[in-house]
Amino acid sequence: MIKKLFPLSLLLLLAGCAGANWGWYVVDPTTKSGYNNVWFLLTGLYYTVLLSVTAILISVVVGLLVALPGLSANRYLRGFNRVYVEFVRAVPILVLILWVYYGLPQLAGIAISVFWAGVIALALSDSAFEAEIFRAGIQSIDKGQYEASHSISLNYADTMRFVILPQAIRRILPALGNQLVYMLKMSSLVSVIGMQELTRKANELVVTEYRPLEIYTVLVLEYLVLILIVSAMVRWLERRMQTDERN
Amino acid sequence: MTTNAAQPLIEIAQVSKFFGAFQALKSVSLGVNQGERVVVCGPSGSGKSTLIRCINQLEKHEEGDITVDGVTHDGTSKALNAIRQKVGMVFQQFNLFPHLSVLENLTLGPIRSRGMSRSDAEALAMQYLERVRIPEQSEKFPRQLSGGQQQRVAIARSLCMEPQIMLFDEPTSALDPEMINEVLDVMTELASSGMTMICVTHEMGFARRVADTMVFMDHGEIVEVAPPEKFFQQPDSERCQDFLQKILQH
Repeated sequence: MIKKLFPLSLLLLLAGCAGANWGWYVVDPTTKSGYNNVWFLLTGLYYTVLLSVTAILISVVVGLLVALPGLSANRYLRGFNRVYVEFVRAVPILVLILWVYYGLPQLAGIAISVFWAGVIALALSDSAFEAEIFRAGIQSIDKGQYEASHSISLNYADTMRFVILPQAIRRILPALGNQLVYMLKMSSLVSVIGMQELTRKANELVVTEYRPLEIYTVLVLEYLVLILIVSAMVRWLERRMQTDERN
Repeated sequence: MTTNAAQPLIEIAQVSKFFGAFQALKSVSLGVNQGERVVVCGPSGSGKSTLIRCINQLEKHEEGDITVDGVTHDGTSKALNAIRQKVGMVFQQFNLFPHLSVLENLTLGPIRSRGMSRSDAEALAMQYLERVRIPEQSEKFPRQLSGGQQQRVAIARSLCMEPQIMLFDEPTSALDPEMINEVLDVMTELASSGMTMICVTHEMGFARRVADTMVFMDHGEIVEVAPPEKFFQQPDSERCQDFLQKILQH
């Protein structure tokens, strides 16, 4: 693998130096058309971020609502959790996007915008994973915490809200951060139904400029920067939340 | 609040509890009067923790009745809440909330389940922190305290619910030896204030000083119930004599 990759990358580098196949002018901000192109690509950022953030917020709430019955003593509630998780987890995100955008309007008799179809599909698909993360986090909390809560007469909702979830969320924060990164990347799939996000913008530009290498390289960098920012934010949040629990 | 003299504050009647096939409590009966201090001892696995955990239903019993201040556990959450409001509990492992400060640990119950305002709850919390002699630690987090201090916070947390009864489940067993006394001192002070208490403990010095009634359990049964003088000098049952010999020897 490495042996094959090495000559290939060398070739690419040489080609780049020779200036034979690279056409960076398409995204050169010092020229007018290059500046316009870069601006065009960057405008996709708005929907990529809005879509991902909306979807993750919904999926966290749905995930929690699915996780809680999974921890119940009632076997029907646990059964609901199992069926939801197994079923939703089994559908590929791309398939879910297509189904929600093209299929759901027919089934429900309502029109769904591209944006909301994307949000619903991403949130639904991620909620199964969130549910499993929450279940694991909540199960990791010591039984004594519940007993102490019972002994001071806290009801179920207060026990969860003030005692169990604050501790569980601290523990699952890295996993939640992972899901947010995953969601940002998966939002690129919503381009197939015409959402004007980063990937769609790049595709459209490639069609008019015929410079896929340069434009997709910029696209790669756009995702990289976005995700590095998210990672830094999650790390910061982790540090902040853990300062009061660590020794 | 009115408890007539004939009716004990806590009445445990023929209570049985099973963990699968294992019977942890075998038709146990015990009455505890208002202001009575009961110390329960016995070998490990004898059912003493299970017994007091049934009183506030951290364990559900399968047979028999448990009545606290006229309210009987009948499986409804109404009875459960009424009883839990009256009963405070201190655990072997403290079970403080690690993400909350000492003050927040103490005020959570009063604010959320007694409906007190934050300022009233904080005043109450400070009053009980004074009583367990650590008011200066109110802003700290549990992990910043020693084991003895943590257990005293746990006692104060229970007291903030202003219970009629306090249950202690081996409160000093997880502590380093040098910290046991600070916790026992707080418990002794609480006993002298007239609190009804049931303590599961191996601290026989404390039991001798504080208990009105000693209860010895073995294999899920109450084997001996006696005032401490008689209990320590001439217990009726052989099993109890054996047990006391073993733990008082060292």
